Amino acid sequence: MNASVFFQQLINGMSLGSLYALLAIGYTMVYGILRFINFAHSDIFMVGAYFAFFSIVIFRIPWPIAAILSIGLTALVGMAIDRVAYRPVRDAPRISALITAVGVSSFLENLGLVTVGARPKAFESPSFMSKLFHIGDAAITGVAIWVPVITLGFLIVMMYIVYKTKVGMAMRAVSTDIDATRLMGVDVDKVISYTFALGSALAAVGGILWACKYPKISPLMGVYPGWKAFTAAVVGGIGSIPGAMIGGFIIGLIEVMTVAISPGLSGYRDGVIFLVLVIFLLLRPTGILGETLKEKV
Amino acid sequence: MSDKSRKTFLMIIFLCVLFILVWVSDKFLDEYTMRVIRTGLIYIIAAISYNLINGIAGQFSLGPNGFMALGGYMVALLMLPLEQKKFVWFLKPLIWPFNSFSFTKAFFPLAIFFGGMAGALGALVVGFPTLRLRGDYLAIATFGFSQIIIVLANNLISVTNGALGIKGVPEYANIYWCLAWAIITVLFTTNLANSSYGRAMKSIRDDEIAAESMGISIFKHKLLAFVVSGFFAGVSGGLMTSLITTISPSLFSFTMTFNLLIIIVLGGLGSITGSVITAFAFAILSELLRFVESPINLGPIYIPGIAGMRMLVFSFLLVVLMIFYRRGIFGEKELSWDWVLSRFGSKNHQGVKVCPGKTEHF
Amino acid sequence: MSWKNGAFLALDKVSLNFGGLLAVSDFDFILRQGELVGLIGPNGAGKTTVFNIITGQYEPVRGRVFFKGQDITGWRPDRVTCAGIARTFQNMRLFGGLTVLDNVLVSRHSKLKSSVLAAAFNFPGYIKEEREAKIKAMGLLDRLGLADLAHMRAGNLPYGQQRRVEIARALAADPKVLLLDEPAAGMNPEETIRLMEFISGVRNEFGLTIFLIEHDMKLVMGICERIHVIDYGISIAEGTPKEIQDDPKVISAYLGEEACDYS
Repeated sequence: MNASVFFQQLINGMSLGSLYALLAIGYTMVYGILRFINFAHSDIFMVGAYFAFFSIVIFRIPWPIAAILSIGLTALVGMAIDRVAYRPVRDAPRISALITAVGVSSFLENLGLVTVGARPKAFESPSFMSKLFHIGDAAITGVAIWVPVITLGFLIVMMYIVYKTKVGMAMRAVSTDIDATRLMGVDVDKVISYTFALGSALAAVGGILWACKYPKISPLMGVYPGWKAFTAAVVGGIGSIPGAMIGGFIIGLIEVMTVAISPGLSGYRDGVIFLVLVIFLLLRPTGILGETLKEKV
Repeated sequence: MSDKSRKTFLMIIFLCVLFILVWVSDKFLDEYTMRVIRTGLIYIIAAISYNLINGIAGQFSLGPNGFMALGGYMVALLMLPLEQKKFVWFLKPLIWPFNSFSFTKAFFPLAIFFGGMAGALGALVVGFPTLRLRGDYLAIATFGFSQIIIVLANNLISVTNGALGIKGVPEYANIYWCLAWAIITVLFTTNLANSSYGRAMKSIRDDEIAAESMGISIFKHKLLAFVVSGFFAGVSGGLMTSLITTISPSLFSFTMTFNLLIIIVLGGLGSITGSVITAFAFAILSELLRFVESPINLGPIYIPGIAGMRMLVFSFLLVVLMIFYRRGIFGEKELSWDWVLSRFGSKNHQGVKVCPGKTEHF
Repeated sequence: MSWKNGAFLALDKVSLNFGGLLAVSDFDFILRQGELVGLIGPNGAGKTTVFNIITGQYEPVRGRVFFKGQDITGWRPDRVTCAGIARTFQNMRLFGGLTVLDNVLVSRHSKLKSSVLAAAFNFPGYIKEEREAKIKAMGLLDRLGLADLAHMRAGNLPYGQQRRVEIARALAADPKVLLLDEPAAGMNPEETIRLMEFISGVRNEFGLTIFLIEHDMKLVMGICERIHVIDYGISIAEGTPKEIQDDPKVISAYLGEEACDYS
């Protein structure tokens, strides 16, 4: 592998990794607050892509408006799922919440299959995404450049919300101690609802960018990106937002580099990520930036 | 007659009636209906094996599809006739020793047993590192491992023939074998669950820290539940492969685990009889719901089939169950002879309430 | 280690911290065979942490735990229990889904010799062992006045009875040392008196060595031969009930914190 190919793959890895990071933040925020894995998060990502598909390809709404509209709608879907399915099982045993999440995930996937069909649909990405850039010998598509840039923009906005606004402060308070925060008069359910909205909005951004990168969408498009993003959240330290970003980039690079270094392993590209997941769970379940939680006896 | 011998007697009568019933239906029912019944029996085995780890030992695993796949491939490799093997592996030759022998029909039950052993061995390998994890982490790790198994099945062409799968496995999983394995599974698991070992597993489910403080080796008993569960998952995978005569990685995808999850939740986590009833009902229901996925032609009106409709209904059902009816049909209770006797027997005939001490029995 | 002569259970300068906060520091303690010793201290003083270190729930960062002269530091809790140290929990941890009898039988499981297959296939050897375990468990329940409740779900019992089931469950493990974490919590004075009598009774009957944490001073002063006082994870006093009552350090530790309750 020469330097220009390496550089090209590095950019590809960063671009894929930033998508995982967008998705990983949703997993990590919900886990941080509720200690619960939102299995449906990967399907919210798919829903976001479909909203964009319908508004752009079917209703012909101009790109920027369509993107904002889709992100907003997806955020609402995320809030609705929390309200309808997760809130009623919040005080139930953990296993019930997990099973509910698995059910919601399967529901969204099959709702997609029933309503739009299993056949992948072609996605029209805006023209600036498909422009080719030449840096030295390396040719890089616009998508590979724009995806990390747009991602970075949204991450900055998200960090601002979480660390500089009142809602963000409430979110962090709830994730530290849900009961104490409730006693201090904070409407915990509302804060959780906003967390789902924020996570889902980022998932929608990820879904739309994913659709631009691989210009077709299908109801099951979220499954593998979802698990890889979850792996990213675990690698970074689940519950930690900077951890999710770092984890996303690491997973993106591992995936791209595995195939780049040894093309024979391309059939194992998903397997390698699951292996990373399992290895981290076994050797360092708290991830790179996570804290150890000790069970109280 | 003592209470115990009375129950044994009832059990023998029940098994005889069951056998006659199966024999009669095998004679008079059509091939399609018998197929549904066989599928139902295989689902019973898979569901009980899954309930042992999830409901009785209380460890949320998301990996039974992987262990079923191991059993399925083992049985396919053992039972596929030699000439068929040459025909199937045209991309890459099949590895030794499977390329040099095949079991005859008489060894089918042994092949199923080896399928179970493959599942158990897989569970041992997966469980040994992962069972130190708890709750969500365990669920994710077992999911990861079962995905790795499926990825391997897609790529180890010289063993599994990759995504093309293996076709032409002899259909030896007749109604009697399915029934026999289902009965073995029910009896073995019930006995295990009611034994001292089963109590240890349930104590881990209820409170891991307390169980450990009462001298229970947490890891050993979790692993035990996992391996026994893996064995019966392998058995069910093997039977299913023989029933449908082909196996490919997509047969044992995560959808299989999802179906089993619905079955055990609906029947009641921890209830073996609950799983038996809902597993069988699930097999029938998914056949009945098949019509919503196939095109309907009513003369002038043509309704195209809707793929995914069945799973949509099942997922909706699962979420509604978790919100409104978390304990399932049976909760943790079992349908037992005590209950049957108190309902229909002579002893408690005048509506004498079974003393509260018998709350374990439904 | 001459100071540990005659010690049945000993903690040697044990320390443990949680996230930088020292929970227990340089804690020294000995328990002689047959003694009944109390551990008292204000809320959050580290009493339960001491128990958790003895039973292996937590591993100390420094110091060692000895039982019958053997170093048991870092042993898994199940191994500690099998060695002869059983406990109850302050916030009660019964197996809610199991019956009272099954709760007690769980403690007998580690004594089982039959294999899994022998159990699942109901081999005669297993049936005999199971029957003996049941007789033993029923005997214990009878001794605690719980025999009528043997087939009730433990999770459905009222508070006071759950406490007794916890003690029965701990006794079923055939312990040499019994650790009781606030056994009288939530009991009325009359129940507490009966509990005191019961504790003294089982101690003589089973030849037990008992170490208990308790807030109820009447109970502690009434039955303990020796009392150990802990505050902020540090051992501040040790002696007979009389000595402890007059110790100025103990009085000041308790002053300001519900002082009148302990007078």
